[in-house]
Amino acid sequence: MSLVRNPFKTATLTIIWGWLILLVLAPTLLVVLVSLMPESTGQLNFSDLSPAVLWQGFLSNYGQLISPVYIGVFGHSLWIGLITTVICLVLGYPFAWMISRASPRLQPLLLLLVIIPFWTNSLIRIYALRTLIATRGLLNDVLMSLGLIDAPLRLLYTEEAVIVGLVYMLLPFMILPLYAVFEQLSRATLEAARDLGANGAASFRHIVLPLTMPGIIAGVLLVFLPAMGMFYVSDLLGGSRHPLIGNIIKGQFLEANNWSFGSAISVMLTMIMAFLLLAYYRSVKLFKREATL
Amino acid sequence: MKSSALAPAPLIKLRSISKTFGDRKVLDNLDLDLNDGEFVTLLGPSGCGKTTVLRMIAGFEDPDSGSITLEGGVLHDMPAHERPVNTVFQSYALFPHMNVYDNVAFGLRMEKVAKAEIHERVREALEMVQLAHLSDRRPDQLSGGQQQRVAIARAVVKRPRVLLLDEPLSALDYKLRKQMQNELKRLQRRLGITFVFVTHDQEEALSMSDRVVVMREGGIEQIGTPREVYESPNTLFVARFVGEINQLAAQIIRPLPAGRIEIQVLDKRLELSSHGREYAGGEAVQVLLRPEDMRLKLVDATEGFPARVIERNYKGMTLDTVLELDSGQQMLASEFFDEDDPDFDYRLGERVRVSWVPDWEIILPDDEAPARPVSPASTGAGA
Repeated sequence: MSLVRNPFKTATLTIIWGWLILLVLAPTLLVVLVSLMPESTGQLNFSDLSPAVLWQGFLSNYGQLISPVYIGVFGHSLWIGLITTVICLVLGYPFAWMISRASPRLQPLLLLLVIIPFWTNSLIRIYALRTLIATRGLLNDVLMSLGLIDAPLRLLYTEEAVIVGLVYMLLPFMILPLYAVFEQLSRATLEAARDLGANGAASFRHIVLPLTMPGIIAGVLLVFLPAMGMFYVSDLLGGSRHPLIGNIIKGQFLEANNWSFGSAISVMLTMIMAFLLLAYYRSVKLFKREATL
Repeated sequence: MKSSALAPAPLIKLRSISKTFGDRKVLDNLDLDLNDGEFVTLLGPSGCGKTTVLRMIAGFEDPDSGSITLEGGVLHDMPAHERPVNTVFQSYALFPHMNVYDNVAFGLRMEKVAKAEIHERVREALEMVQLAHLSDRRPDQLSGGQQQRVAIARAVVKRPRVLLLDEPLSALDYKLRKQMQNELKRLQRRLGITFVFVTHDQEEALSMSDRVVVMREGGIEQIGTPREVYESPNTLFVARFVGEINQLAAQIIRPLPAGRIEIQVLDKRLELSSHGREYAGGEAVQVLLRPEDMRLKLVDATEGFPARVIERNYKGMTLDTVLELDSGQQMLASEFFDEDDPDFDYRLGERVRVSWVPDWEIILPDDEAPARPVSPASTGAGA
C-alpha cells in the first residue's frame, strides 16, 4: 500500500513544488530583483548586484514613480479598475445567484454561456467590439436606420468604451468565484434566517453577504488587478489618450526598453493590491471585535 | 394556565389543504388540528407530504388551496419571518460564520430585543441545552449532537407558539438519538410549547408523541395516541407502517351473536371477536397479528397452525422466531426471554404450532383485495 502510494505522493509533491518555484517564485523574485537594478538600455547587467548598486537602482526606479505623470496614471488606472470592478460586481452578483438557483438542467447551460467567450482569443473579441461601436460601426448604423440618432455617436476611443471592454473581458472572472460561494449557500440556511425573523434585507445583510464575502474578494482580486493591466483593451478601445498602468509597463518593456523601471511599476501595482487586501482584512477584524462587544 | 388535556384547544387548524409540485399532488385536501401544548408527530414514508405540511406551517410553502389559521387568525398569507413559529431543520442550518452565541441571539436581534434581555435569554437557552460553556465555538467546531442542541436553542429562544422539527434526529447515531428523544420530550413538557415533529421512524414517533398523525400519499390515514395507532390501526397501511405485523388473509363466514364472528383463516374456521365492527358473510378481511402477541407451542398441541421454524434471532430482551406456515407464508413471533420455559428453545427446522393471544388480533377489511388477480374458483382465504 505505502509502496504504491509513496512514489505517487513524492512525484506529486515534487511537481507542485517544482511548479511553484520555477513558475511562480522565481519569476516574481526576478521581477523584484530587476526593479532594483540600475537602468540599463538593452542588456541587464547581473554581474554587479552589491547592496550599494541595488540601493542606487531602487532610488532611481522607484523615485521616478513619484512624479505627477505616473501618480496621475496610477490614479487614473485605479479609478478605471474601481469602476470596472464595481460594474462587474453589480452585474455578476445577481447573475451568479441566478445560476446557482437555476434548475439542475439549466445550470450547466448558463455556466457554459459564461465560459464560451474564453473559447475565442481575447484580442479578436476586442476587435469585434471595435467593429460594433466604431463611428461607422454596426451599433451606429442600426441606431441611425431606426431614426433614433441623426449623426453617428462617438463611442470608440472613449473612456466608456475602455470600461465596457474591460467589463466584457473580466465579467466571467467575477461570476465564477461568486457562483462557487452561492453554490455553498444552502437553501436551509436562508430559510433558517427567515424562520428566525429576518426579512429579505436583513437576511441579505447578515447571512448572504457575509457568507458570499470570500467569493466577492476573490472576484474583486481577479478583476481589479487585471483591469489596471489590460493594455490592449485601452490601446484598441481608448486610443492612447488615457493610458493604464498596463500600457506604461508594456511601453517600458517593449518600447523604452527600460526593464528596470517597468519592473518597478509592476512591483508597485502588486504592493498596492496587497495593501488594499491587508486594509480589508484589518477592517473586518476590527469590525468583528466591535460587533461582539 | 395551559388548557387541560381533557379539552384541548386547537391552536393551529389546517383546512382542505392541497398542494401540487409540477404534476405531483403532494397534499390532497388535508385537514389537521394541532392542539395547544401537545407533542404531535407526523409519521409517514418519504414522499407522503409530512415535510410539506411542516413547511407550510413555517411559511416556506404556500398551499394551492385551503387555509391555515393560528388561534383563529389567518396564518397562511403571513410571511415566514413574521410567523410566531420556529423550525429545527434536518440539516440544523446553523449560520457557519457566527459562533454559538450569535446563532442563538440572531432571532432576538431580528426582533430588536434589548441587549441585556438578549444576553439573559441566550444564556438561559444555552444552559437549557447544556451548551453554555461552548458559546464562543463556531458550528464547525461542534459535534453533530452539539449542533443539534444549538439548533434547538436557536429556535426555542424566540418562545414560539409552535416548534416545528423536521426529522431533526435522523443524522445522529442510535444512542445519541435515544438520548435526544428524551431530552426533546423533557424540553417540550418544560416549555409547554406545541411541538410538531416530522419523522419516518415509527419507533421514534411512538415513544415521543402525545398524538401521532400517520400520513400516506398526501393524506392522513389515522390520527391517534401512539397506543391507538399501534393497537387499533384503522387501515392495513397504518398496521404495516407502525411496527412489525403479521398478516393473514381471511374471509368472514357469518356474523354470530354477542359481537362474535365466524371466520375462515387458512384451513381453520375460528370464532373471534368482531371488535365492534359489522361484517357481511363472504367479506374478505385481513387478520393482523403483532409479533409479540404470537405464541409458539410444541407440535403436538391442538390449537394453532402448524409451522416450521426457519430462523431464530436473539435480540437480548426478546427472541424472534421466523416461521413458515404450511401455506408457505412467513410469520414473525417475538417472545420475551424466559430460560425456565421448557417450550422456549426451538431448533431450526423444528415443527411447531403457532397461535396468538385471543382477542389481540386486529381484523381489517381487505381494502387491497380488488387489486389482486381474482381467481373465481378459490375463495382466496383458505387456499
